[in-house]
Amino acid sequence: MNTRYTSTAIALHWLIALGILASFSLGLYMTDLSLSPTKLKLYSWHKWAGVTLFALIVFRLGWRLTHPAPALPDTMPPALRLAAGAAHWVLYGLMLAIPLSGWLMSSAKGFQTVWFGVLPLPDLLAKDAALGDSLKAVHEWLNYSLLGMVVLHSAAALKHHFIDRDSVLTRMLPRFRKS
Amino acid sequence: MTPNALTRSTLAAALALGLAGTAQAVEYGTLDTAASRVGFRYTQMGVTLDGQFKQFSAQLRFDPARPEAAAATVEVPLAGIDTGSPEGDDEVKAKTWFDTANHPVARFVSSSVKPLGDNRFEIAGQLSIKGKTRPVSFPATFTPGTPTATFEGTLPLQRGDFAIGEGEWSGFDIVANKVDVIFHLVARPLAQ
Repeated sequence: MNTRYTSTAIALHWLIALGILASFSLGLYMTDLSLSPTKLKLYSWHKWAGVTLFALIVFRLGWRLTHPAPALPDTMPPALRLAAGAAHWVLYGLMLAIPLSGWLMSSAKGFQTVWFGVLPLPDLLAKDAALGDSLKAVHEWLNYSLLGMVVLHSAAALKHHFIDRDSVLTRMLPRFRKS
Repeated sequence: MTPNALTRSTLAAALALGLAGTAQAVEYGTLDTAASRVGFRYTQMGVTLDGQFKQFSAQLRFDPARPEAAAATVEVPLAGIDTGSPEGDDEVKAKTWFDTANHPVARFVSSSVKPLGDNRFEIAGQLSIKGKTRPVSFPATFTPGTPTATFEGTLPLQRGDFAIGEGEWSGFDIVANKVDVIFHLVARPLAQ
C-alpha cells in the first residue's frame, strides 16, 4: 500500500493550489477597478487562468479516480474519515463549479471567453443581464465556499501534522531529496 | 361571377398592376427606423464584441434605375451607444473616446454610388466623428422588396483615424484599431 501520493498528484495539488490562490486574489482585486486597459487585461488573465485551472482539475480528477489516495491513518475515527472523504469531494466539486460558473457568467454578460485570446469557448448562454448578475452572485458564493473549505482543509492538515503527528500532511509535500 | 366577386378580382388586378408599376419606378427614401439597425463590431483582448447605436437617422434617395444619383446622409447621436455593458457605455462618452459633450453626432455623407452589379454598390463618402472627417468607401448590398427595400453592408474604420480612444487607450493591444460599422437600413418608397 502506498503511503504517499504519486508525484503527479502532488504536483497537480500544489500547482492548482497556487493557481487558485492567484486567480482568487486577482478576482477580488480586479472587480473594484474602474474601467481601464489594465482592468480589461486582468479580466482576460483571470478567465484564461480559470479555463487553465478547469483543464488541470479535470485531469487531476481523472488521475485521482485511476490512482487511489493513500489510506488514512488507522487511528482516525470513522466519523472523521467520512468527513475527510466528503470534504475532498466537495473541494473537487467546487473546483469544477467555480470556473464553469465564471464561464457561464461571462456568456450571460455578453463577453465571450477566448482562451489566451486565441481559442474561443462556445457561449452556452445568450446575453441576459439579469442572468449575468445572478451568475455573478453564484460565482462569488461558490468562491467564498471554497475559501471556507480551503481554511478547513489547511486546518485539518495542520492538525494532522502538529497534533496527531501522523503523515497526512507530509505525504502531500513534494520530496526534494531522493530517499 | 357575382358582381361582388367581379369587383374584387378587378380590384386585385388593379392592385397588382399598380404594385408592379411602383416596383419599377420606385424611389426609396423613407427610413423605417424600427426595422433598421446600425451596430458595430470591435475586438478587445482577442474577444469580438458587438455594440449597437440605439439612435440614428438617415436621409436616403435611391432609385434602382438610377443608382448613380443616389445619396445618403446617416447621423448617429452617440449618446445612444450600447457597447454591451453599462460601464463601457459611460466610458466611451468620455473625452478620450467620443467626447460626446463636444461632438455628440457621428455623420456619414455619401459622395458617390457605383454599381458593382448584382445589386451590389460601392459607396464613397465622408465620415465625420469627433471633429475629424475622413474619406471612406465600402460595399453595400441592395435587396429590393415591397413595400420596403434593404441596404446592408459593413463600413470598416480605424478608430485611431478619429482619435477614438486616446491616452491610455491609444494602444491597440487591448482594444483593436479596426472597428466595423455594420448597417442594415430598411427604407420605404418616398411619399409622392
